[in-house]
Amino acid sequence: MASLQDQVAIVGIGQTAFGKGLEASELSLACQAVSAALDDCAIPPAEVDGLVSFTMELNREVDVARNVGLGDLNFFTQVGYGGGAGCATVRQAAMAVATGQCHVAVAWRARKRAAKTSRPWAQVSRRLSDHWQWSRPFGLLRPVDEVAMLARRYMHQYGATRDHLANVALAFRKHANRNPAATMYEKPLTRDAYLAARWISEPLCLYDNCLETDGALAVVLVAADRARDLPQRPVYVHAGAQSLPRQHQTMINYFNDDPLEGPSWAAARQLWREAEFGPDDVKVAQIYDAFSPLVPLSLEGYGFCARGEGGAFTDDGALEWPDGRLPTNTAGGGMSEAYVHGFNLVLEGVRQLRGTSTSQVADADTCLVTSGEGVPTSALLLRN
Amino acid sequence: METEFVLPDLDSEDTAEFWAGCARGELLVQACGHCGRWRFPPRPMCPHCRSLDQTWEPVSGRATVWSFVVAHPPLLPAYAELAPYPVIVVALDEDPTIRMVGNLVEDATGPINAIDPATIRIGEPVRVVFSPVDDVMLPRWVRDPGQH
Repeated sequence: MASLQDQVAIVGIGQTAFGKGLEASELSLACQAVSAALDDCAIPPAEVDGLVSFTMELNREVDVARNVGLGDLNFFTQVGYGGGAGCATVRQAAMAVATGQCHVAVAWRARKRAAKTSRPWAQVSRRLSDHWQWSRPFGLLRPVDEVAMLARRYMHQYGATRDHLANVALAFRKHANRNPAATMYEKPLTRDAYLAARWISEPLCLYDNCLETDGALAVVLVAADRARDLPQRPVYVHAGAQSLPRQHQTMINYFNDDPLEGPSWAAARQLWREAEFGPDDVKVAQIYDAFSPLVPLSLEGYGFCARGEGGAFTDDGALEWPDGRLPTNTAGGGMSEAYVHGFNLVLEGVRQLRGTSTSQVADADTCLVTSGEGVPTSALLLRN
Repeated sequence: METEFVLPDLDSEDTAEFWAGCARGELLVQACGHCGRWRFPPRPMCPHCRSLDQTWEPVSGRATVWSFVVAHPPLLPAYAELAPYPVIVVALDEDPTIRMVGNLVEDATGPINAIDPATIRIGEPVRVVFSPVDDVMLPRWVRDPGQH
């Protein structure tokens, strides 16, 4: 059966600083990240012949290519659905390399999100003819509101609590406090501070939300045989998955039989079908965390615990480095490192398998990386 | 009064009938003209039998609260003025897999922030009302104890 199974490796990673109101343009940030990723693997820009990014990426391939000095591009594409796209861009790049459609592929995401005017939900038009007409007129305006609606139902149905959500926020913050590149590197968070924080959309408070970040990241992929001759330890794309489940509606997924069985479930079915190992063999995870409830929902979807047990799974420091059952978002994730549409999770997965994370899991040889829950999503299994 | 609320386009081909029903004070659920199954939100093709035929079934407007949030700023200005306000999702009595986003209000013309969110319970019964906002009648919900 055709599958990715370690045919392609991530060989280069690059990122800019993370911040609010960075001076560089969004295009400059993209070019800096791509350039750094190429330097990391010592591949000349002229050899790049594939590019993949998000449909929400504002920088066009032509502009990135003309700045970085890329070669003749023979494969370029974009993946939709916002935060659901991250792992899929890497999977698309890996598929293109594995099938010989290109040979050196770069996937990237650049964003200047920190400015208040750049928030997508604030740019809504006044008359809606798309699916948002069923939610926004009633004041359910922002992604946090849309996720809070599912979170309340989830907490009601399964007894998950704010303490469980705090477990998520605190674990990721602890990891960020060990990562000098993280936005929250020098800012510890306590459970009391979490519980006292202002509401954004009840039952979610400020610390259940991801950061708003300016920054860019990129990865370089080549075939496994070439990867072994490059300077960095190769990190293989063992399996990849993408899922738009039947009758799913993006973000306002209230209109099917079981809204709490989100896109993670269908992604997981494909992922574990393709993989030579299962959830019990995953040593470290990078789970998309635009909002804290997405983590327990994803833990359930990817099979780390049973349905309804995602909240309780987070108890006893399960997500925390170094001793948790499943150290998760070991660079701080979207909630405490940076929110670059989840693309920083891919790079932290690579660092874990290179052995270079600031919260390095001992003997990490497999890593799950996921993209947005609650939207058509994607996931990767990496190994070294 | 003209508001700065975000509102539906009343003239979209696939949804105009729903909003026209609201304007008449009728809550309509789209049903397949071939296999009869209900679907919401409205869309042109039945996902069960791919028929383009459709009918619109008036429902009782009775429902229960499936979930709710309480929105706090930052929000669009027209909504920020009313914050904090609850937003609910209801499940229709006739078919609880038909769910609609809405507001819990004291009456059809009441503001969306009048109900104390601390008193809202998942599962509590509600009934539809139609609230005028600019040229739109939005389906909202009032408490309906003992009627279900």
